[in-house]
Amino acid sequence: MAFDNAFEALTDASDDSRWAFGTGFEDPLSGVDTSVPSGVDGSALAAYCLMLGDDALIFSHRLQQWCTNAPELEDEVAIANIGLDLLGQARLLFARAGKADGSGRSEDDFAFLRVEHEFRNVRLAELERGDFGQLIAVLLVFSTWRLALFSRLVDSEDAVLAAIAAKGIKELTYHRDYAARWAVRLGDGTEYSHERMQAGLGSAWPYVEELFAQHDVERRLGVPVPREEFDEVLSQVLEAATLTTPEVPPRAAVAGRTGRDGVHTEAMGFLLAELQSVARAYPGATW
Amino acid sequence: MIAALSEEDLERHFEHTLEKDQRIEPRDWVPDGYRKTMIRQIAQHAHSEIIGMQPEGNWITRAPSLRRKAILLAKVQDEAGHGLYLYSATETLGADRTDLTERLITGRQKYSSIFNYPTLTFADVGVIGWLVDGAAICNQVPLCRSSYGPYARAMIRICKEESFHQRQGFELLMTMMKGTAAQRDMVREAVNRWWWPSLMMFGPPDADSPNTAQSMAWKVKRHTNDELRQRFVDMSVPQAEVLGVTLPDPDLRWNADRGHYDFGELDWDEFKQVVSGNGPCNAERVEHRRKAHEDGEWVREAAAVHAARQKERQR
Amino acid sequence: MNDWTLYEVFVRGKRGLNHVHVGSLRAADDEMALHNARDLYTRRNEGVSIWVVRAADITASSPDEKDPFFAPSGDKVYRHPTFYDIPDNVPHM
Repeated sequence: MAFDNAFEALTDASDDSRWAFGTGFEDPLSGVDTSVPSGVDGSALAAYCLMLGDDALIFSHRLQQWCTNAPELEDEVAIANIGLDLLGQARLLFARAGKADGSGRSEDDFAFLRVEHEFRNVRLAELERGDFGQLIAVLLVFSTWRLALFSRLVDSEDAVLAAIAAKGIKELTYHRDYAARWAVRLGDGTEYSHERMQAGLGSAWPYVEELFAQHDVERRLGVPVPREEFDEVLSQVLEAATLTTPEVPPRAAVAGRTGRDGVHTEAMGFLLAELQSVARAYPGATW
Repeated sequence: MIAALSEEDLERHFEHTLEKDQRIEPRDWVPDGYRKTMIRQIAQHAHSEIIGMQPEGNWITRAPSLRRKAILLAKVQDEAGHGLYLYSATETLGADRTDLTERLITGRQKYSSIFNYPTLTFADVGVIGWLVDGAAICNQVPLCRSSYGPYARAMIRICKEESFHQRQGFELLMTMMKGTAAQRDMVREAVNRWWWPSLMMFGPPDADSPNTAQSMAWKVKRHTNDELRQRFVDMSVPQAEVLGVTLPDPDLRWNADRGHYDFGELDWDEFKQVVSGNGPCNAERVEHRRKAHEDGEWVREAAAVHAARQKERQR
Repeated sequence: MNDWTLYEVFVRGKRGLNHVHVGSLRAADDEMALHNARDLYTRRNEGVSIWVVRAADITASSPDEKDPFFAPSGDKVYRHPTFYDIPDNVPHM
C-alpha cells in the first residue's frame, strides 16, 4: 500500500500506542520499583489506591454507557477518550494496590471478582446515566475534585502513586476543560439547556460533601483535602455559565458510612452485574 | 479570463485525468453521475462506521478483562473517527453531514448490512475483528487508490487503523481457543453465525451488480464483488486453520485448477431480506441512531446559540 | 440555526514538517474545533501542532492556476452548493 508522505508522518508505524491508549501493555508497572518505601503504611496505601482506582473504573463504566449515545460524533470521540483515560488510571492504581498489599491480586481480580461492599468508590461515580446536562455536571465535579487531588498526590511519599498522579494530571486537565466548556455552552445557551445544566448540577451536588469527608485511610496517609481549589474552580465556571451553586443538603450516610466504606446506592448493584457478568460466567477463562 | 468551455471539453478533461491515473480533487469539474456515485459510496461507508459502533459497543461495559475493555472502547471510538473522516470527505463534494444523517435515520440511505446482525456473545467481538474487519480491509485497501482524492486519503488512515482492529480480533480468538472448553465452543458458535454474513459484505454477484461497470471505469471501484469475495475466502481459510475452527461450508475446498478455494452458494434470499430492511436488527440500529441524534438536538442547538452570542459580545 | 461551522484541520505531525491538511470537522466555536481536532486527528498525541480554520474563510484558486477545468462555482473551497438526490433503491455497499 502506497502512503502519501504527509500521512505517513501522521500515522507512524512505530506508534501503535496511538491507536489505543492504555491498551499497549500487560503489566503497567513492569520495570518500576514497586517496593513500598519505608515509613509508608502498605495496607493504607493499597486501600487508598483501590479507592482512587474504583472511582476511575466505576465512572469510566458510566462514560462507556454513553457510547453511541452522544449528541454529536465529535463528542462521541471525546467521551470515549475520557473513559479510556480513567480506565487506564484504574488499571495503574489496581496494579499498585495488588503490590502494596502483598496479595499479588491482578487488575482483573479487583475489577471482576470483588462484591459490592468491597468497592470503595464515592457514590458520585456510580450515579445512573442521565442526560447530557447531568453528564457534564458530574464530569465537572468529578474531574475538578480529582485534578485538585492528583496535583497534590504528585508529592506522595510513594513514588509509584506520585508517578500515576503525574500522568493523570494531564488527562484530568483535559477532562475538566471539556466539562467546563460544555457547562458554559449549556448554561449560557438556550433557556432549555440552561435548565438541563442546572438540573444536572442539582443531581450531582448532594454527593459533593462525600468527596471531601476524610476517610481514616486518607488520614493515615496524610492525604490533603483540596476543598478550597474545588470551590474556587466551580464558582468560576458556574459564574461564566450563568449557573448557580445548588442549595441542596448533602445526601446522608448509612450509619456514618458511604461509598468509601463500601455502602453504595442501589444503582451500584446493577452496574456491577453488567460489569462482571461475562467474567463471572466463565470461571478460569483467560481473555 | 477563463474561456467558457463546453460540457464535452470538461468531460474530456475529466476522462483524461482518470486515464493518467491522477486523483480528482474537490473543486475539479466532475460529471453529475460521478459526484452522485461518490457521495453515495462515501456516505454509505460513513453510515456503516457509525452504525457499526452499535453491535460492538454493545459489549464494552461487559468486556471480561480491563485490557479487552480498553481495546474495545478504543476500537469503537476509532469507528466514530472513521465516520467523521468519511463524512468530511462527502462534504468536499457538496454534501452536508446533517442532511446525510437525516437520510440515514429516515432509512433513505443504506449502510453495510453486516451490522444488522446481532452480537450475542463476547466471542462475537473477536469474530467481528477477524472476519468483518478482514472483509472490510479486502474491500477498502483498493479504495486507497480511489480516483477521488479526499476519499482515497481518508481510506489510507482508515485502513491503517483497521489492520489493528483485525489483529486484535484474531488475537482475542486465539486466546479464547487456548482457554477453556466453554470458550472454544463460544468461538466456534460465533464463527458459524458470522461466516456467511461476512461473505455477503462484498455485495451481490457480479451478474446482479448493475453499477459495477461504471464504477470501475471511473476508478472509484477497483475490483468486482466476486473478485474481492474470492480473495477474502482465500485469505480466511488458512487463518481458520491456524485458529483451529472449521468454517461452516461443506463445499469449501481447494481447487488446484483455479488456484482458489471453491465455496458454497450464499443465501441470497436472506441477503435481500436484510438489505431491504428486514434483517435481525435493522429496525433497532436505525432507531438507536435516530434517538441519539434527536436526544442531542438541544445540546447542538445550545452550543450554536452560545457561539452566536459570544460573537455578538465580541463585536 | 444549530448547524455547526465547518472547519478545516491542519496538523504538523512532528517537528521539521509543515502543517498538512488532514480533513475537516464541525464545531460551534473555535475552541471546540481545536478540542475536537485534537481528539479526532491526533488522538491527543502531545507534541503535534494543530491549526483549525473556518472553511468559509479560505480563499482558493483553481487547483492549477492556468487550468480552466475546475468547477465554476466560486472560490469557497471544499464546498459545492448542489446536493444530488440519491434514489431509495440503491443497493448496499
